[in-house]
Amino acid sequence: MNEITCKLLVIGAGPGGYTCAIRAGQLGIDTIIVEAEKPGGTCLNVGCIPSKALIHAAAEYETIALAADRNSVLGISTAKPSLDFAKTIAWKDNIVRRLNGGVAGLLKRAGVRLVAGYARFRDGKTVEVETQSGLQMIRAETVVIATGSEPVALPFLPFGARVISSTEALALTEIPKKLVVVGGGYIGLELGTAFAKLGAAVTVVEAAPRILPQYDGDLSDPVARRLRALGVSVLTGAKAKALVADGTALEIETAGGERKTLDVDKILVTVGRRPATSGFGLELLDLDMDAPFIRIDDKCRTSMRGISAIGDVTGDPMLAHRAMAQGEMVAEIVAGHRRAWDRISIPAICFTDPEIVTVGLSPSEAGQTGFDIKTDLFPFKANGRALTLDREDGFIRTVARADNHVLLGIQGVGAGIAELSAAFSLALEMGARLEDIAGTIHAHPTQSEGFHEAALKSLGHAIHI
Amino acid sequence: MAERAVKLPDVGEGIAEAELVEWHVKVGDIVREDAVLGAVMTDKATVEIPSPAEGRVIWLAGHVGDVLAIGSDFVRLEVEGKAEPPAVMKTTKTIAQPAAATPLQPAVAEPPAEQTKPLASPAVRLRAREAGLDLRQIQGTGPAGRITHADLDAHPAHSSVGAAATTYLTKTGVEDIKIAGLRRRIAEKMSIANSRIPHITYVEEIDVTALEDLRGKLNGQQRPGKSKLTLLPFLMRAMVRAIAQQPMLNAHFDDESGIVHRHDGVHIGIATQTQNGLVVPVVRHAESRDIWSCATEVARLAEAARTGSASRDELSGSTITITSLGAMGGLATTPIINHPEVAIIGVNRIAVRPHWDGAAFVPRQMMNLSSSFDHRVIDGFDAAQFVQRIKTQLETPAMIFIDA
Repeated sequence: MNEITCKLLVIGAGPGGYTCAIRAGQLGIDTIIVEAEKPGGTCLNVGCIPSKALIHAAAEYETIALAADRNSVLGISTAKPSLDFAKTIAWKDNIVRRLNGGVAGLLKRAGVRLVAGYARFRDGKTVEVETQSGLQMIRAETVVIATGSEPVALPFLPFGARVISSTEALALTEIPKKLVVVGGGYIGLELGTAFAKLGAAVTVVEAAPRILPQYDGDLSDPVARRLRALGVSVLTGAKAKALVADGTALEIETAGGERKTLDVDKILVTVGRRPATSGFGLELLDLDMDAPFIRIDDKCRTSMRGISAIGDVTGDPMLAHRAMAQGEMVAEIVAGHRRAWDRISIPAICFTDPEIVTVGLSPSEAGQTGFDIKTDLFPFKANGRALTLDREDGFIRTVARADNHVLLGIQGVGAGIAELSAAFSLALEMGARLEDIAGTIHAHPTQSEGFHEAALKSLGHAIHI
Repeated sequence: MAERAVKLPDVGEGIAEAELVEWHVKVGDIVREDAVLGAVMTDKATVEIPSPAEGRVIWLAGHVGDVLAIGSDFVRLEVEGKAEPPAVMKTTKTIAQPAAATPLQPAVAEPPAEQTKPLASPAVRLRAREAGLDLRQIQGTGPAGRITHADLDAHPAHSSVGAAATTYLTKTGVEDIKIAGLRRRIAEKMSIANSRIPHITYVEEIDVTALEDLRGKLNGQQRPGKSKLTLLPFLMRAMVRAIAQQPMLNAHFDDESGIVHRHDGVHIGIATQTQNGLVVPVVRHAESRDIWSCATEVARLAEAARTGSASRDELSGSTITITSLGAMGGLATTPIINHPEVAIIGVNRIAVRPHWDGAAFVPRQMMNLSSSFDHRVIDGFDAAQFVQRIKTQLETPAMIFIDA
């Protein structure tokens, strides 16, 4: 058997793993990364990137379809559009391919060795990988577990031909005529919205009293209204029960307690993701867990020396950029730098229509800090740029301490406001006060003025409202 | 009843296995939780392994002296109740993680801790961390008590604590470098030479003032096409003449057959530093070469060795060796004999030193020769005599050229 040694071994080449490996390579650390699939992980292959491609294509299609229905307020009309969905998917796949190659190239340039195959722990310092050329043993001083997460299945709705996860939803070859989305969280709604825009009849089944239960109602309401406008049927307080025998219908229990069947072509189950902690000998190490996640400290160290963990496997929020920041930090720690997790904000974006951006604390979370809180929002109805985009739904909201005006959180919902997350995060990380935002010129006419105005409003002198 | 495996925890940094040194229990024993099961030893410490649960010992991993892999089963216990996952080893104090091992993501339900953190930009936070400063100890002067770079500058601990903390990082890494190629050959040769040959090293001081004068003059009126003369060609000629009187020094000692092969031809190895390590190109038949020929050959071989173009023949077959580090030659060295030869002459640095000429101190150019001999076949007296013969010639360079 082949045996190689290295200083740092990263298991999993998702955003966390590959960032860790590249940074380690830059720092001159002898690094190996093990990945069975194409580099990029869930994010690049079956998550963030392909879903955003599909969402963009769906939005473009919907705009044209609207014009064809002579519903465009812009006065544009056109013939009914047609969709070559295979071409859409090929375009998406090409983006993924390009980025796969990009990540592989970056790893190579950083001097990182990529070993293809599934890793399995032999002990805390040794991992074996089944490669095409046989079993490869790798011994490392430090091992980083970056195995990510996978979609959760419902026991009574196992994944199969009709019951699919987000992974299969991104690889469909045709638009399902009738799509039921079980789970109205951000993944289900992002994909459900896209398929609705592409012509599917979409029903969302959510057990909680409203969609996007992780957000407050003010943020989720504009999304719910838009779903209605798109013709998506949203059943809240409803539970999926069972697949009807021939698989063409789903039985559900409505909020009122009555049984109902929904005809389906596909059922997309998006009830959450769970950390990938089994199947690679992790049990052998007996690490302390924060069930179901691996417990880590503020340096991403696990309970065993020389083993760190980053990304989805370590807990919520399961977001690529959190994993990347952790990976970078771990590489620097391995290089001997002093680092510890001290980030104020992990921005979260829900790419529904409209988009939701949250950084820092929500008003209710901020209320629990014990400080007096000032919360104000500025609606896009009063924002010139929003009107010119024909999208006046949504708002930007600031949450600040009443005593010293330090911002604790910023949220927004609105069409295309994902890019504002950078400004929001920067404000929190820099420790900005409402006066800092008020004293910063925000370009006109942009949606970012909503941020400025919300801060002004909290200070008692909003201009445009 | 259920079986529960107690695994051998990671008992030290960077180790994959540990040696079993003691069992405190045997099969059949009833053990309480936290009772010591046994002890393992790493190269750093002996660590006792406690039991994570109460139960009866039904299996032990091996015998004292066995080497066990970290993470392998250490003891199996029969315990009350249903089967549990492998015992979560509450490891010994020596390896416990610091208590600060709190999960880093506050759950959504309990967010506040975040906001009681000191207010500082990421750049300020990083700088403070690298300086070993606790931001909670620093009074921020910015808006809302924000800690600024200026606040860090002004902090009294910054210069002392900060400097001490950042300048000297603890480094624990060990890099394994495979010794291969030329380096491996050097390592093997040095091992053989140093383990098999009882060295005697003899250091003598030589006044090279006259030799340096002569060398300077010869180099000054040098004809084109000739190499510049270093000290080496003179030393080589002096060695050839000394060897003529003491042929035993120009030999190979085959200690397995107990034979000394005394060579008529004097083939002088010149230890030469190259990028990859030490090589010894050989000036063949130094006895047949004059000063100029020696100089030309040394220059040619040194160049060939450095560029890696020296042939195998040119790098082997010496019968005696010179080692010289030139300007780095130091005061004295303890050269290792180029096995299977019996003598090596080490050249130390030339320096102007005060010399007592019987009436006054005069500045003289002095140089030491540090030479090692195989004491099995060369007696100390012969070694000393050989070096003295060289010394006499180098101090009165005319003797190098005049047959007695």
